[in-house]
Amino acid sequence: MAKDNGSQFGVETTVLGADEIILNMGPQHPSTHGVLRVKLKLDGEKVVASECIIGYLHRGVEKIGENRTYPQFAPYVDRTDYVAAVSNGLGYCEAVEKLLGAEAPPRARWVRTILTELQRIASHLLWLGTHALDIGAITPLFYTFREREEILKIFEKYCGARLTTHAFRIGGLQYETYGGFEDEVKAFCRDFDKRIDEYEELLTSNRIWVERTRNIGVISAEHAIAMAVSGPILRGSGIRWDIRKAMPYAAYDQFQFDIPIGQRGDTYDRYLVRLEEMRQSRRILLQAVESIPEGPILARVGKVIKPPPGEVYHSIEAPKGELGYYIVSDGTTQPYRLRIRPPSFINLQALDRMVQGHLVADVVAIIGTIDIVLGEVDR
Amino acid sequence: MADDQKKDEAQPQPPAGGAAEAPKPVAAEEKKAAPPPKPAAPAKPAIGPEPLDNELVRRLRARFGTALGDATLDRKQAIIVVRERLIEICEYLKAEEKFDFLTDLTAVDWFDRQPRFDVILNLYSFPHNQRLRLKATVGDTCPSVTGVWPGANWLERECYDMFGIRFEGHPNLKRILMPDEWKGYPLRKDYDILKQDTDWVRENIGIESGQ
Repeated sequence: MAKDNGSQFGVETTVLGADEIILNMGPQHPSTHGVLRVKLKLDGEKVVASECIIGYLHRGVEKIGENRTYPQFAPYVDRTDYVAAVSNGLGYCEAVEKLLGAEAPPRARWVRTILTELQRIASHLLWLGTHALDIGAITPLFYTFREREEILKIFEKYCGARLTTHAFRIGGLQYETYGGFEDEVKAFCRDFDKRIDEYEELLTSNRIWVERTRNIGVISAEHAIAMAVSGPILRGSGIRWDIRKAMPYAAYDQFQFDIPIGQRGDTYDRYLVRLEEMRQSRRILLQAVESIPEGPILARVGKVIKPPPGEVYHSIEAPKGELGYYIVSDGTTQPYRLRIRPPSFINLQALDRMVQGHLVADVVAIIGTIDIVLGEVDR
Repeated sequence: MADDQKKDEAQPQPPAGGAAEAPKPVAAEEKKAAPPPKPAAPAKPAIGPEPLDNELVRRLRARFGTALGDATLDRKQAIIVVRERLIEICEYLKAEEKFDFLTDLTAVDWFDRQPRFDVILNLYSFPHNQRLRLKATVGDTCPSVTGVWPGANWLERECYDMFGIRFEGHPNLKRILMPDEWKGYPLRKDYDILKQDTDWVRENIGIESGQ
């Protein structure tokens, strides 16, 4: 059995007790949200230990990064966390801008903030729908996809793509906003508040939902920090930390918003945190869309992006946690080393501790609550 | 101290002929040979590594002396090179300086330098809202920091998987993203982007050519 010191992961499948069995979940299991394989060691129906086997979707994105120019690599980052492509693009473009010593003009930063917050809502909606579906509530999926569709329509109108958008460019934006962009965002926000209430009506005090999520997958604040967990999981455990506040980027220092936290660090708290985050995103959207400054949308970064030698680490608060880019430049047009700090990969590490002592059915709930995207776990 | 090492930091590329604008083949080997020493430097704003000397660095130097290498500030981000005693330094930073969060651990391959690798530890301190980057210069072994930050577990496994750096003291050091039997370490600079473990591909995927 895995030692319980928080650092011991991986199951040693040596001698099985009379009641112990090994159960393979995935990689082709609908509730693992992709190609995650979890090896569970069970005592009856209780999970004794677990081991994640990942890498099925490994494409060598970091290696590709070293062999592409800076602008060429930008579409690739969309394919890491492919349900939050806009956030990935923001992180990458800002990292390269920092490396260049450039800054996007105010108008670009505002539009970036708006699109990224829309993307956060879209990502959380996808999480909510599938998470509830995994636990057995089919209805929320239809509602959340209805709203997500509105957001994807805005993306499509803005840049022509819905999923892997490649919405931003190094130095700012490629496209001006389309006519009626502000109105559509406002219209979305106007309705969205009531929509969140609808989800809450379906789930928040639903007895089955509460039973299935309360005290399931508890992770303490100390353990969350020790495991380098970030994003809604960290906040669900009661740490009020959000990079948008701690180290503001884009235009986040201009807007008022709160950071919701949970108390118990269980699946239910993380559910509440993400719902509140959607409300706060809406708040940011309403402020941002009212105050988009006029002006250019692209800084002068030159046609050939060639950052001076050196290195930079830049991270943003992606929907799933801290998404960081560590880039080493050798003064050429291609990065010497490009590292993506993927929130899903690092958050998934905490799974082992979170599932121990729970039932197999709860493993599904816990994988859902970590909110992983395998494109980002495996890169 | 270590003047040429500083130069090493600032200009990682060995100077060589060839124009940087020339269309470059994707192979990593070719990339090495391309850039002239200072590409259009005067036109650019002066950003890049500069020496760093603050309270934290002085405290560290007083305690660990020559175990530390250069301390630099690059794009307003603090970087400290660690030559030895990595675990002690990490324990001190965590306990005394409150760097309680290991944001990221990765490596960079300087393939013609000795020692060859930089293991990069990106630390964050919640109480001070501050980041610090440690750069441990290592050969192909490095002490594991899983005892200090348990979250280093998968990150070190990934590092081992991609660079072949053995982390001594790691509880479960095996490949994480690549198949267990894979030969070679993909993110090393001498590992071409088109390279495959052809035997593995032939055996497990059933592709005769191995590509």
